[in-house]
Amino acid sequence: MAQFDMLESVKKVEAAREANLLFEPKRMTAEEKDALLVAYHPDYKKEEFEALKIGANRGDPVPHELAAVLEGRPRITPADVDLTRIDHDCDVLIIGGGGAGISAALEAEQNGERVLVVTKLRVGDANTMMAEGGIQAADKPNDSPAIHYLDAFGGGHFAAKPELLVKLVSEAPDAILWLNKLGVEFDKAPDGTMITTHGGGTSRKRMHAARDYTGAEIMRTLRDEALNRNIAIVDFTAAVELLTDTEGKCAGAVLMNMETGELTVARAKTVILATGGAGRMHYQGFPTSNHYGATADGLALGYRVGAKLLYADTLQYHPTGAAYPEQIFGALVTEKVRSLGAKLVNAEGEVFMHPLETRDVAAAAIIRECSDRQKGVKTASGCGVWLDTPMIEMLGGEGTILARIPAMHRMFEKYGIDIRKEPILVYPTLHYQNGGLDITPDGMTAVENLYAAGEVVGGIHGRNRLMGNSLLDVIVFGRSAGKHASEKAKSVTKAESLSLCRLEEWEKERTAAGIENETPSPKLLPVYSHGNPLFQKKYF
Amino acid sequence: MENTVNIYLFGKRYAVPESLTIMGAMEYAGYQLVRGCGCRNGFCGACATIYRIKGDRELKVCLACQTKVENDMYIATLPFFPLVKQVYDIEKITPGEAVMMQLYPEIYACIGCNACTKSCTQGLKVMQYIAYAQRGDFARCAEESFDCVMCGVCSSRCPAGISHPQVAQLARRINGKYLAPASAHLEDRVREIENGTFSELLEALTEKPLDELKELYNNREIEA
Repeated sequence: MAQFDMLESVKKVEAAREANLLFEPKRMTAEEKDALLVAYHPDYKKEEFEALKIGANRGDPVPHELAAVLEGRPRITPADVDLTRIDHDCDVLIIGGGGAGISAALEAEQNGERVLVVTKLRVGDANTMMAEGGIQAADKPNDSPAIHYLDAFGGGHFAAKPELLVKLVSEAPDAILWLNKLGVEFDKAPDGTMITTHGGGTSRKRMHAARDYTGAEIMRTLRDEALNRNIAIVDFTAAVELLTDTEGKCAGAVLMNMETGELTVARAKTVILATGGAGRMHYQGFPTSNHYGATADGLALGYRVGAKLLYADTLQYHPTGAAYPEQIFGALVTEKVRSLGAKLVNAEGEVFMHPLETRDVAAAAIIRECSDRQKGVKTASGCGVWLDTPMIEMLGGEGTILARIPAMHRMFEKYGIDIRKEPILVYPTLHYQNGGLDITPDGMTAVENLYAAGEVVGGIHGRNRLMGNSLLDVIVFGRSAGKHASEKAKSVTKAESLSLCRLEEWEKERTAAGIENETPSPKLLPVYSHGNPLFQKKYF
Repeated sequence: MENTVNIYLFGKRYAVPESLTIMGAMEYAGYQLVRGCGCRNGFCGACATIYRIKGDRELKVCLACQTKVENDMYIATLPFFPLVKQVYDIEKITPGEAVMMQLYPEIYACIGCNACTKSCTQGLKVMQYIAYAQRGDFARCAEESFDCVMCGVCSSRCPAGISHPQVAQLARRINGKYLAPASAHLEDRVREIENGTFSELLEALTEKPLDELKELYNNREIEA
């Protein structure tokens, strides 16, 4: 489908740059946006979804790839483990060592409870680490939590759970202050005023940042603090099944050493799922900006013991994934590039939309340029449109790119592209799981004593998320889950006997529904072969 | 068929497409990575790697996810390096030179060989930021080290046993917490929220009918 040659097209972009810089594209009306989404956004492709056959959300649509895991074959059977042998005993078990998990751990420890964090890769290997652009909080005089609420509620198509969103926006400034007091270095003016910018869909400049390493700066600081507090963290250990007590309340997990395969049993009074997102499921064949471990594990684990899902059929495709060069196909080009003034330009050199529409609208508009409108630029894996980065320095002055988005400069420089002088090619990339486990404002799922926080949760953002609200949500809801789960733990008596009865029931349900899907669940890691023709013979 | 190059993973030869990164090439060769693979995007520092090109003497270092394969490349990954991480209470430390002397005295044993800087996978001036740390200039140390992904390669090359990434981490936290100016507007807003300044406004919003909310959203004023 793709149409234009890269070198010819870049000349058109250069020729039109001066005029494009001055051109102020119109924002779309609500009706225009709706029509665009229905026609071009991947969430609206009905054939890519199927109804769940079993579990609390039976009948609800989810992507095929997610259904395969949710209804897949559990990795263990009750015969595989001796549940009377408790290998790890703790008050609060936290599954996942990213931003939400570590925020939760810090609060639970502060509350005097014994915490165990398990994570299937290293602590800090998470989407939080990769969040580039920023974190929202309404802390400027012209802004308020109410305005933040309206931006996020509208941007999420009025589908967010109001009580969760109220919590998100109300606790946002405190989250920033908490991080700052832990030593996170936010971009500030000399008088201490936070330097804030717009993100797609914001009506006030409330995007706080630490250059374009915002998530990395937050994650490494949280990790350092957890190590300072001697919180027990077990790396390279995945949860493969949740355990309950005899009443069906969550009471621990079966863990698997990712390197040796050894199974161990962890008992806890409360459990927090903070397993993150799902980009590595590659829904609809999209590339992803996500971390290696983003495989929807928490959805599978929670769903099997009875937790409910909310909006599991809605994903976020970040409009600007790298489309070229091939080595970084799908890698995130932060929205901050547009916040700083770069416009989206098609192969003919035309600015085809306002650069700061919400992500779903921008993604759909780019897909439209590259498909029906035939104004995309040809690449090895498909097609893309231009993000005209040289505009940033024309607007903000020489040096702006190195000062504000050094990671972006570095990412392209390695492949001989100087984004200060040349535009870059982008195409939507699978970025964020809008939906997930349904929780109360305290963070509890439908299963007693099972909490969830971070990207594994659904409902905070509705059906689309604004830039900067996810880093915010991992901190706000991570801390909150840590506080509530540790408080709850104080009144929970340790389970005398642990049970995998839900797993037995699950197998019966699978059989009764005629499910023959043998996909191992949870997925844990993606398998890549990069087109190796011999790879189908791989044995293990 | 794409051109292939010969690479040696831990000494074993594989032919792989020349367009792949080292990480991609390992997967093409059949490895299911557990260690040495994190964000796959240059932010997490999980995939520090050492390589040498046949015929060269120099050992080079890189992040496997960010580096294309070359012909005759001998590759060994360094997925973990035992850095020294000192434990401290951020609330109780005094942001002066003494804290560095106490926690990381080995930085004063730096012999100025610059091997750290030469090996940095992010191209940072590592020896320079250690020099700032020695002088107690934490703001500059923080600035110079900001893009560090803590892969640990610098420390693997250091004859003085310095854990550079951890030194820099301490400097950044001190700078962020104690040295950079406080944000009065942020503290004011937190206080306002605690006092319930916005509670009614928010509650009123959540109770509005959907049509009214849509109207409000579609006509909201956007800051220039």
